[in-house]
Formats: sequence, C-alpha cells, structure tokens
Amino acid sequence: MIRVSELTKNYGTRVAIDHISFDAKKGEVVGFLGPNGAGKTTTMRILTGYMPPTSGKVEIGGFDVVEQSLEVRKIVGYLPETVPLYPDMTVSEYLHYMGSLHRVSQLSQRVTEVLKMVSLEERATGYVSNLSKGMRQRLGLAQALLHRPQVLILDEPTIGLDPAQIIEVRNLIRELASSCTILLSTHILSEAQQVCNRVLIINKGHIVAEDTPERLHARLTGAGRVVIRVLGNIEQAVAPVGSIPGVTNVAVKAPDTLEFETTPGKEVRPLVTRALVEAGINLLEMKASTLSLEEIFLELTRDEPIAPVVGQLEGSESTQEG
Amino acid sequence: MYNIWTIARRELKHYFISPIAYAVAFMILLIVGVIFYTNLLASMIYQQFAPGVDIVVGPIVTLILFTTPAITMRTLADEQRSGTMELILTAPVRDWELVTGKWLGAFLFYFIIILITWFYPIILNQLVSPGIDQGLMIANYLGLLLMIASLTAIGVAVSSIFSNQIAAFFATAGILLFLWMIGFPSQAMGASTAAEILKYLDLSEHFFSTFYEGVIELKNIVYYVSITSLALFLGSISIQSRRWR
Repeated sequence: MIRVSELTKNYGTRVAIDHISFDAKKGEVVGFLGPNGAGKTTTMRILTGYMPPTSGKVEIGGFDVVEQSLEVRKIVGYLPETVPLYPDMTVSEYLHYMGSLHRVSQLSQRVTEVLKMVSLEERATGYVSNLSKGMRQRLGLAQALLHRPQVLILDEPTIGLDPAQIIEVRNLIRELASSCTILLSTHILSEAQQVCNRVLIINKGHIVAEDTPERLHARLTGAGRVVIRVLGNIEQAVAPVGSIPGVTNVAVKAPDTLEFETTPGKEVRPLVTRALVEAGINLLEMKASTLSLEEIFLELTRDEPIAPVVGQLEGSESTQEG
Repeated sequence: MYNIWTIARRELKHYFISPIAYAVAFMILLIVGVIFYTNLLASMIYQQFAPGVDIVVGPIVTLILFTTPAITMRTLADEQRSGTMELILTAPVRDWELVTGKWLGAFLFYFIIILITWFYPIILNQLVSPGIDQGLMIANYLGLLLMIASLTAIGVAVSSIFSNQIAAFFATAGILLFLWMIGFPSQAMGASTAAEILKYLDLSEHFFSTFYEGVIELKNIVYYVSITSLALFLGSISIQSRRWR
C-alpha cells in the first residue's frame, strides 16, 4: 500500500531525512517512533503530497505522490501535527466543508457517522473555537476519516487527549486497521507497542530499527536481566555469579547490588542462589528486570552509533569483571 | 469547478461573519451615500447638470481601490498562518482551484455590495427626467465589475506570498496603487512607445476613459480579463512553489 524508497528531504543544507526506505502492507498499522526533529513529520508531509521529496520515490496505492499527487490525496486521510481547524465554523460545517472538498457521497450521513466514531456528536453544532484540545484532536481525526481513506496518516494522534480518550482513540485505530493501512507517529512507546504491527524507529533522518514491537523488544534485550542485592560487599559475589554458565554481562551497580543478563531460555536464578549460598554470601533480594521499549528507544536514538550496544548485548560471553 | 465553488462559498460565508467585511461594506455604502446625496442636492440647487450614474460609480471605484487589500489580505495568508493550508493542499484540490475559489469568494462579496449600490441609479432614474442613460449605466457597471475582478485577483495573488495579513495588506495596496498610476508619467512623455506601454498597463486608464464614458470596447474587456487571469495564474504558481520550499 505504501512503498517508500530512498526518500531524502533537505531543507537548504540541513538534511531532514536521509535515504529512508520502508513499506506498509494493506491493513498494517505502522508506528513511526522518534525524538522531536527526527524527521517524522517531514516524512508524513511528503507521503501526503504536501511537500515534494528532494529525491527518492513514494508510492501510495500504486500512485506516485509527486506525479499523481491528486490520486494519492484522494485515498489518503491525514491528521497533521498541529490540527488545523477553522475556528469560525461549527464542527458540522467544518466536516461538511472538508467532505465536499473530498467529494464524499451522502455527506450528511457520513458526517454523523464520523462524529459518532470520535464521540463528538454532541458538539456538532458548536463552534470549533469552543472545543478543548482533546476535542480538536478528535475532530481532526474525524476529518481524516471522512472520505473513507485507504491510507491513514496520523501525526501524533493521541497527543493532548486524556487517558480515557487515548484508549478510545487507540481502539478506534485498531478498528480502522481492518479497512485501511495506518501510519502513525508517536513518541509514546507503549502506544506503539499497543496499536502497531510494526515499529520504525527514526532518528536524525535515518531509520535505526524496524520490526514488530515484540521482536524489537526481544532483539534488543536478548534475554532477561537480573538484579541481586546482598548483605555486605558485592565484590565477593562477582566471581561466583560470573562463573555460572548462562550468565553474561555481570556489572556492579551499587556497593551491594549486582546486575547480569541471562541467555534466553535458561533459568539461572536457582543456580545463582545456590552459588551465593555456597560462597557464604547472604542474598537479600533478587529480581528480574527487562529492558523496556523506552530504554530501547533511548539506546537507539542516542547520539552514539547503536552498533556497540547490540554487540555488547549479543557478543560478550565472558564476564566483564569476574 | 466543484471545488472552486465549495471554496468560494465558504469564503463568502466567512466574509459575512467577519467584522472586516462589514466595516468595508459600511464604509463603501456610507461614503457613496453621502456623495450621492451631496451631488443630488447640488444639482437641485444650481440646476446646472443632471446627475448621471458616474456620481455613484466614480466614488465606488476609488473606494474599492483602497478596500480591496483589506478584503483579500487574509484569503490565503490566513490559511498559511493557521496551518489549514496543509489540510487543503493534502485534500484533492488543485492549486489553481484553491486560488480561483478564494478569488471568486472575494469577487462575489464585492458583487453583493455593488448590487446594493444599484439602488442609487434606480433612485436617480426616478428623479431625473427623462431618466438616466441606461447604456452608460451598463457600461459603468460592467467596467466596475471587471475592475473589481482584476483588483481582487491581484490581492489574492499577493496574499498567497505572505503568511502575515498586514504584510499582505500593504503589499497589495502598494501594487494596486502602483498599477493605478503607472500611466501617469506617460502624460509628460509625449508620444512614444514607452508612454503607450505605460498607458496600456495602467489599471485606471482602461476604465475612466472608456467604460466610465459609456464606451464598451473589447480591448478593455480583454485587458481586465487578462490581468485577472495572470494574477490568478501567478497566485497558483506561488502556492505551488510553497510546496517546494
């Protein structure tokens, strides 16, 4: 449905996005994740035909966004980052106006339908200027849905919503996924985890990772992490713990705390307990921790290249300090 | 065409809920009314001349020259400032449809005001015997509408460059005044090609020495239609170039 190849956009000398490629199949929900200024909005603007790329090619539904811009715009629904509305119109007028620009058939019926989808039907006759931020956001979403688009491009769709509305909108997105392809940007990682089939992490104009949220998670954490706390000096525990097969990356985190990683599919905790007891160390606490998507995100979008991070997780069999 | 009409209708509606349009309408109708009354009174007292349609159309033309920037300044500049341009440019609307729709909205707004001022010639027709020159009136109003079409088109085109309404206002006023008196120097230049060109470019020249006098000539119609089309074309180019910036 969406095919992006070698897309580049320069603003003067600044490179906003640099040769990014990805595609999205029909019915897929693709999350675009990245810090501010990573190039998310720029990419979305190119995809919607608002601005042309410096180089590269984008096809949506088989149409080229530059050559057949009008065809693309007919099948794409777009919610821009700053939801642009006409404050002098009522909610219903606004949707009728946008609907007639999109040539929506049976417009009045569709407007009612869409307002219901975003639960704004009570405000249909109210002025846009009187809506709260969350309502505006939902009205923007309604506008994007109005012409039954095949592709929905949503730039931070849940920003400014309260928790209950966030859940509603996420459910709506999941519902819509059955009928269209959705590309959404977000910086809320749990959101990407909840609604997306696939996540693209973008930083400084590059896609730094692309996978399903689960696999991304698994790939980067490798396995579980375990933190132990003992009575007394932790240094004496490093050697016994480090010598257990399946334990990697042993690191002292505090005078009494040790952290290590375990190889997937291997339960080492009983062995650790025994090793500590045998070494005469009193174990106070043992807990498993996993690298959250937040941490992965931070890892990936740090200024340093990501390769060493992955290498460290995967590559080191030997202990560091043991 | 459908998109143009959708946009024009929305624009027209916007004029009637925005105070600036009412202020402009009030100003035009008030001043034209005062001038009309004065002329009528003067002609009754001195019995020197029978007032014609020019006492209505003359002031309207001048007022429109000054009010057009206020009417057109927000058309596209405001869409850019508020970000709604992104919405329209990602809807299946061609750039020229957007510009033409905006222009048509502004033109129709003036058209309605002009329609209201038609009252004055009708009153005049009743007062003057044997009535006013109908041909002159038609020529005057036709010229007036053509003039409005080109002035608003220029205004919309200028508005497409800016995202600041005030900047759009002064730029439009400057360009309109410049085109209004570009033929001025030709009077001192004698008969030369340059003088002819300047005279030809002059916005007022094609009205006051022709339509205003009751002369309907194709070349003057062509002039205003060309100016309108050219301005709308440049406006579309400017919107298009905005995509590339």
